[in-house]
Amino acid sequence: MKIVIMGCGRVGAQLAGILEQDGHEITVLDIDAYSFRRLPPDFRGTALLGNGMDEEVLRRAGIEEADVFVAMTQGDNRNVMAAQIAKHIFNVPRVLSRIYDPLRQEMYETLGLEAFSPTTIFAELVKEKIEE
Amino acid sequence: MYIVIVGGGRVGYYLARALLNEGHEIVLLEKNARFCDIINEELGSICLQGDGCEAATLAEVGTGRADMLVAVTGDDEDNLVACQVAKHKFNVPRTIARIRNPQNEAIFKKLGIDVTVSATNIILEAIEKEVPTHPLTHLLMRSDKGLEIVEVRITSDAKTIGKPVKAVSLPEGTKLALVIPMNRKPVIPNPNTIIREGDQIVALTSLELEEELRAKLTGL
Repeated sequence: MKIVIMGCGRVGAQLAGILEQDGHEITVLDIDAYSFRRLPPDFRGTALLGNGMDEEVLRRAGIEEADVFVAMTQGDNRNVMAAQIAKHIFNVPRVLSRIYDPLRQEMYETLGLEAFSPTTIFAELVKEKIEE
Repeated sequence: MYIVIVGGGRVGYYLARALLNEGHEIVLLEKNARFCDIINEELGSICLQGDGCEAATLAEVGTGRADMLVAVTGDDEDNLVACQVAKHKFNVPRTIARIRNPQNEAIFKKLGIDVTVSATNIILEAIEKEVPTHPLTHLLMRSDKGLEIVEVRITSDAKTIGKPVKAVSLPEGTKLALVIPMNRKPVIPNPNTIIREGDQIVALTSLELEEELRAKLTGL
C-alpha cells in the first residue's frame, strides 16, 4: 500500500520503519528536517519537508494515489485539519489521526474520522497492568 | 446577541471592544494568562483563560446558547477546530473563522465553517484598489456561490474606447452593473453606452470568467 505519514516524531518515525519492513511504500512529512534523523538508517521511503496542512505539499507527497494517510504530529488541531483535508478534499480511502484530547477525539469519531487518543489508550493500559 | 470569541490577540481584542460597544454580550477565550489580565483590566471581566478548542472550556462559558462563535487566533487549524466543536457539539448557528493562508478558504467552506475572513486577501484587495493601473479590482467575492463583483478600469491603451457596450461581446454569465466615468455621474449601462477612457466599469462575473471579461472590455 502507499502510505503518507505526517509528523516524523518518535511514533511517526517508528511507524514508517515497521510499515516499510512490511513492504509498504512510505512517504513521511515533517516541517523540520532535523526530525528525519529519527528514521531508521536503512529507510528507503521518501522523507519530504513540508506542512501537511498545505494541499500543494500533500499533492507532492503523492496523496492523490495514497491508500492511507496518518496524521501523527504533536498538535491535535493540526492532525484534525490535515486528516479532514485528506479525507474530504483528496478522498484518501483510509485516514487515521492521533488526537490526544479524549473529548475532541470522541467528537471527530462521531464526525466520521478514524481517530485514536493515546491518552485514553495509555491510561487504560496502565490501569489494566495495575489491576492484573 | 451572545458571541463567543476565541483568541485574545489584537484581532480578538479589537473585535471584542467593537462588539461590546454595539451592546452585545461577549465572552473572550484566551490561553495566555497575561493577555487575559490585560483584556479584563481594559474591557471589564469578559476574558476567560482557556483553550477555545476544548469542549470543556466552551461548555463552561455556555457556548450552547451562543448565537455566534468567532475564531480569530493566529493559527488556521485552531480556528477550524474551535468552529467545528462549536458547530457540532454546541449547535452554534453561525461560526466565523479567521484564516491566514488564503488557500484554506475553500477547505474551510467544505468542512462546514459558515464564514471565513482572510486578512491576506483583504490586504491584497485593498492594495489592488489603490494601484491606479491595476486593470481589475475585486470588490466583493462570494466564493461559496462562485460569484464576484469586479471593477475593470479602461486605461488609455484600451482598444474599446469610443465603442458602445453592445459592440463588446461579453462572456455569457457576466453582466455590467455600473459605469463610473472619470468626471461625470455614474450611469447604469445600456447597449448604447459608449466606453470612454478612465471609465471604471463595475460588473458581475464568476471567478473563471473574470479574465475573459477584462479582456473583452478593454480589448487588451
